[in-house]
Amino acid sequence: MARLIAKRLGQMLLIMGVTSLLLFAIFDTDQFRRQIAVSELGGFGVATLNAADYEGWLEKKGLNEPFLSRYVTWVGDVMQGDLGRSIEKNMAVSTLLADRLQRTAILASCFFVLMVPISLTLGVLAGMREGGRLDRVISIVAVVTTSIPQIATAVLLTVFLSLGLGWVPAKSAMVGGFSFRELVLPLLTLLIYDIGYVVRMTRASMAEVMSANYIRTAVLKGLAGSHVIVGHALRNALIVPFTLIFLQLNWLLSHVVVVEVFFQYSGFGRMLYEAAMFGDIAVLQAATLVAVAVAALSQLLSDIAYILLNPRVGAAG
Amino acid sequence: MDTHSPQAATASPSPILECRNLSVSYETRAGLVPAVVDFNLKLMPGEAHGLVGESGCGKSTIALAIMRYLGRNGRITGGQVLFEGRDLLTLSPTELRRVRGADIAMIYQEPMASLNPTLRIGRQLAEVLTVHQGLDRASALDRAAAMLERVRLADAGRILAAYPHQLSGGQQQRIVIAMALLANPKVLLLDEPTTALDVTVEAGIVDLIRDISTEFGTAMLYVSHNLGLILETCQRLTVMYSGEAVETGPVDEVFRRVRHPYTRGLFASIPVPSADKASRPLVTIPGQLPSPTNRPHGCYFGPRCAFFEPGRCDEAAVPMAQVSRTHASRCRRIAEIDWDTPAAGAVTREETKIGRTVLQVEGLSKRYHAVRANEDLTFEAREAETLAIVGESGCGKSTFARILMGLDQATSGSISLMGEELARLPVTKRDRVTIRSLQMVFQNPFDTLNPSQTVGFQIARVLRRFGARMSEAQIRERVLELLDTVKLPRDFAGRRPRQLSGGQKQRIGIARAFAGDPAVVVADEPVSALDVSVQAAVTELLMDIQRRNGTTLLFISHDLSVVRYLSDRVVVMYLGRIMEQGRTGDIFAPPYHPYTEALLAAVPIADPTIRKRKVVISGEMPSPSNPPAGCPFSTRCPYAIEDLCERTVPPAQLFGEGHAIACHLPRETLLAMEPIILAADSLNEANNHHA
Ligand code: SF4
Ligand code: SF4
Repeated sequence: MARLIAKRLGQMLLIMGVTSLLLFAIFDTDQFRRQIAVSELGGFGVATLNAADYEGWLEKKGLNEPFLSRYVTWVGDVMQGDLGRSIEKNMAVSTLLADRLQRTAILASCFFVLMVPISLTLGVLAGMREGGRLDRVISIVAVVTTSIPQIATAVLLTVFLSLGLGWVPAKSAMVGGFSFRELVLPLLTLLIYDIGYVVRMTRASMAEVMSANYIRTAVLKGLAGSHVIVGHALRNALIVPFTLIFLQLNWLLSHVVVVEVFFQYSGFGRMLYEAAMFGDIAVLQAATLVAVAVAALSQLLSDIAYILLNPRVGAAG
Repeated sequence: MDTHSPQAATASPSPILECRNLSVSYETRAGLVPAVVDFNLKLMPGEAHGLVGESGCGKSTIALAIMRYLGRNGRITGGQVLFEGRDLLTLSPTELRRVRGADIAMIYQEPMASLNPTLRIGRQLAEVLTVHQGLDRASALDRAAAMLERVRLADAGRILAAYPHQLSGGQQQRIVIAMALLANPKVLLLDEPTTALDVTVEAGIVDLIRDISTEFGTAMLYVSHNLGLILETCQRLTVMYSGEAVETGPVDEVFRRVRHPYTRGLFASIPVPSADKASRPLVTIPGQLPSPTNRPHGCYFGPRCAFFEPGRCDEAAVPMAQVSRTHASRCRRIAEIDWDTPAAGAVTREETKIGRTVLQVEGLSKRYHAVRANEDLTFEAREAETLAIVGESGCGKSTFARILMGLDQATSGSISLMGEELARLPVTKRDRVTIRSLQMVFQNPFDTLNPSQTVGFQIARVLRRFGARMSEAQIRERVLELLDTVKLPRDFAGRRPRQLSGGQKQRIGIARAFAGDPAVVVADEPVSALDVSVQAAVTELLMDIQRRNGTTLLFISHDLSVVRYLSDRVVVMYLGRIMEQGRTGDIFAPPYHPYTEALLAAVPIADPTIRKRKVVISGEMPSPSNPPAGCPFSTRCPYAIEDLCERTVPPAQLFGEGHAIACHLPRETLLAMEPIILAADSLNEANNHHA
């Protein structure tokens, strides 16, 4: 177990190093520097700048140093917990990041609290009797919800629930402070797709277990149907979906971008989007680090869950 | 002759379990396919009844139908299943649950798959009692521990706390048996309970099952494809063919007075280790099993039957007819067939002349890290000779084959094929001549044929690869010749593998192996994946071609009966080492190596007149990664000499004509061994009995 953790953390650091270096390299062009200048000083301001003044501005911003030395400085700062300043928002990246991550964490927690029980229940119910009526209904719905692109779900939900029925606000900017009602649409958009996906996986796993020989043994021992399901099928059937659920953390982080931007919810995803549009390199770098960390962590949790749930692996490792 | 057990004869005359005209069908895309037709069975209390037949004959379906567990697409389409007079087919789910596991329990083919991988053994056992007898967990566990002792599993505490994957196959099967016995059922259904196990482990389980039936008085329905096993464990048997019972009666009577051509064919096509080809040549059953969707009219066995009479056998369905009060057969011509003349078609073969040494193996070892897959193998094979390499799984016989074929390299030692050193020469570095002279027939012909190409094309490719200068016309001609050789119709050249049956595919495999006229052919369990009635024909074919071409055949097998039948010399392996080698006659007669002795005693024999001396060995083969320092067999050997065997590798003792036994036992002890198989006064007696 300890080796596994060390391995995953090592992988994480490696990927962090490579991606941040790549990002630095991508943004290390004259054109890009000029773009930053334009967005900070305004197009007119830059146009009136002479070459020497521009150089001075670059020097002031520390943008004219050689690429590698800037990267090394950045790494050193990060090690000390200094993530730099956002050029666009003119504030410390750490402050910005903490605020935005917190928002997204609220969204994510609500998402998991609803997604996990709903999809596992539906998946198990469907897989219990493969081909039964309940299975067919659940499976068809799950296929439909997973085949609609998220942006379409977002539009449809806005049109029906907000513009049509007026139940919830169409945007989630939360200008007047935090509001659960504003959370409904982004949450639903994420849930509709992902529940369908996890339901399908759970169903497949459950159906496979139900056709296993040891389930036959349990039935022919004379156990009641409910006892067979709860006592024999569930633990085996949930191994795969459980590990999958941890991986949804990673999935969520990328899909939150679309949803937050669409509903103007000021979370991590929207921050990432804006930083990318603006070329706010310090913010982008920090966001990338977070994304890599989340990916590695969800992979690690998923591995650990698998080991804990599956005695066959646990004994060997 | 009355073969009922005493209980059966004196106890209540009404059967404990009875099937009346039971019919089962499966729903498939092609419609409703009958799997079992009009099946009748009377199982008396305490009686063991064998249900024997080849794959797809419906025998397992019957066991599952009795339990009413047929999956989503199985349907019981008619008949009754009476348990103590009550029809199980009309029970409510709750009533059915009370019968399952408590009155009727089942033992399955694959013990590993039959146990829940994520629950401890204790919990899985205790459950039976908490559910059926309302015991609390603690006393249920106590009873489970006691039952483990009765199925001869030591260290109950550890086993109860273990997960299934931590136990060996034999232990798992004992657990499944213990689980079935816990609620003291009146009927046990055993569905191929030992098929997945090695022979010596199987022998232990069979012994246990036999003891259980006497000790607990449980009635048993024993389903198996192994006729020998059924003869050794049951009092009565029913032979199934393509969904129908074709013959039923007391074991001895059916054996001595066979009254169905299929049963007779089955007996004649199974080699027994007491006989070689001279005293009891195999008789093959022609043709193959009909597919369930396409059964012939009238008698299902008609197309393969030597006594088929048009107009009678292919008219209406053939009914069961009584032969005696207890014995019945589904044949129209019982009265007309001369049952005492041995079945025709037996071929007597001349002894072939064994030539010079072709293959020489010297001190060959193969290690994978700690695992000693092969240790110090030394033997040779000569021209036109069949050398059998025998052993159970894990004995290293397949590793040797891989090294020989160049799929793996030896750690040390040498293999020389007509002077060329091959032990460390991978197949990619071997020249064409070597590859061509060393060919292989695989266990699973299915895996080695390319499904998208015709059979003819695949044989032709082999011919081209061997680089013999042949024109396309010559190649085509040679392909057809090869089809003739393996006795397949010439138009099979245009077929694809999926249009062939298992036996036909194996014939193609043989044709490919012999296409380049090789010097040595390695056959790795070539018939063990095939149905019993097809095995004999493929075995005969392989021998025929080998003899005709003077090929050296390395026959790798776990089946001593087949080995006795076709090999000239035998090498017995255990845990990577050679235990004994010698001429076939010497191996099957004393002096034996203790392992060979156990192996011989373990083989079920399809001849109830043969008596075997009982040899009890316990346990299972140790892990090859942790073998004993001395004799590999020392952990199980009943003769093991303390402080010697487990420490020192035994020397090979010679007993003349290349017969070598690797054992510490004194020569006199080895020489004083009694024969295992007390050969039959059988055939004569059977005939006399009838006359
Ligand atoms: S009924 Fe005819 S075809 Fe069938 S087994 Fe008897 S003799 Fe052979
Ligand atoms: S050497 Fe010892 S343990 Fe090995 S077979 Fe002979 S008597 Fe048994």
